[in-house]
Amino acid sequence: MKRFLLLLRRELKLGLRHANDSLSAVFFFLLAALLFPFGVGPEAALLARIAAGVIWVTALLAAMLSFERLFQTDYDDGSLDLLAVAPVPLEAVVLAKSIAHWLTTGFPLLVASPVLALLLQLPPQAIGTLMLAMLIGTPTLSCLGAIGAALVLGARRGGVLLSLLLLPLLVPVLIFGVAAVEAGAAGLDATPRLAALGGFLVLAGGFSPWVSAVALRQALE
Amino acid sequence: MFHIANPNRFRKQAEQIQPWAAGVALATLVGGLFLGLFASPPDYQQGESVRIMYVHVPAAWMALGVYTLIAVASGLFLVWKYPLADVIARSAAPIGAAFTFVTLVTGALWGKPTWGTWWVWDARLTSVLVLFFLYLGYLALQNAFEDGPRGAKAAAVLALIGFVNVPIIKWSVEWWHTLHQPASVLRLGGPSIHPSMLLPLLLMATGFAAYFVALLFIRIRSALLLRKIRALRLVRAGAGTHSEEHPHPNP
Repeated sequence: MKRFLLLLRRELKLGLRHANDSLSAVFFFLLAALLFPFGVGPEAALLARIAAGVIWVTALLAAMLSFERLFQTDYDDGSLDLLAVAPVPLEAVVLAKSIAHWLTTGFPLLVASPVLALLLQLPPQAIGTLMLAMLIGTPTLSCLGAIGAALVLGARRGGVLLSLLLLPLLVPVLIFGVAAVEAGAAGLDATPRLAALGGFLVLAGGFSPWVSAVALRQALE
Repeated sequence: MFHIANPNRFRKQAEQIQPWAAGVALATLVGGLFLGLFASPPDYQQGESVRIMYVHVPAAWMALGVYTLIAVASGLFLVWKYPLADVIARSAAPIGAAFTFVTLVTGALWGKPTWGTWWVWDARLTSVLVLFFLYLGYLALQNAFEDGPRGAKAAAVLALIGFVNVPIIKWSVEWWHTLHQPASVLRLGGPSIHPSMLLPLLLMATGFAAYFVALLFIRIRSALLLRKIRALRLVRAGAGTHSEEHPHPNP
């Protein structure tokens, strides 16, 4: 446990030292979502209708930008080899990395989302649900992203490939994330959708460290 | 089944089975197409466009079946490291992707006259589209590495993760009652379609499966031969320098 916390601290330190990367993901999130009013027109009713989907889709794309770095830098400088022979299971390394990834990219996205909600005319009563859905949904993205990032380690054009592999797998999170926010906007109970998101998180959180570790071992062979 | 895990033995078996599979495919496809296109009645609601079913439904079954085969083979490859399982999975993938593509295209052709639209974001259609992207991702991941074995393993892991989509596709029409009609052949209580349509459908399904087997065996044989050629080339390249150390290099 102490080793796990040390790992987590290392990852967080690294993440904060490269704060630019997290910031650029957040800026991408804001900018991409703000292109929509220019693209579809600034009509408030239309924006309110598409706001939930736009926020979720751009959050997904923004997260996609950050996955590649998850293991790549450690792989390039050899620290990943050291982590693999360290006296901690590789699964714990993956888990620490996923948590740190969420804290440095998923969480900033979550914080930025109310701003977007206001700009995109999302009904104010849905903002709470949006943040709750993002709180449950974005860690799932980090977990699945870890699998993808481990699989493409050492591949040519890994970044493009990563989105091809991950986007199909992220579709359920998108569907239920948007459904929760839309239920919130309509004044309905969003709990069943949030519970489904929670289920995905439990599944992804349980399987990801294990599957990613399998993929990492192959990359290091 | 483990005695055929030896690639050479498998290749010999495949050589014997393949012409039979091709023959069965030819016979059933000709018979099924004749019955389906000429001898079976038009549907009372859908009219002549129901004949698209005889291609669409078997293609959809194959799209799911081939993915399942890939997932099983990937599991065998990852756990027991059978090299042959990897060759089977890789050789099946482009064929499965093609079946999925045929399913999507014939589905659109069917949807236009029946539902009045080429495409709806219905649960079944969407999940099959996701299946198509999973196939593409699998193929892309295999070919993304300089180091061949690494691509094989990464793709095998991906194939297993993507398998969650297969049951979703199968039961999507029951879980979400959207536009696509529920299963009418593979269901409890027997098929609900008339024998005059069921017979050509089953013939076509057999034909598609036999065609897949024939094509798969051709691809596997050529993959094994390519592997052999590469091994022989490596031996020859190494012969000048390391001939004493490896008198009988075993690929």
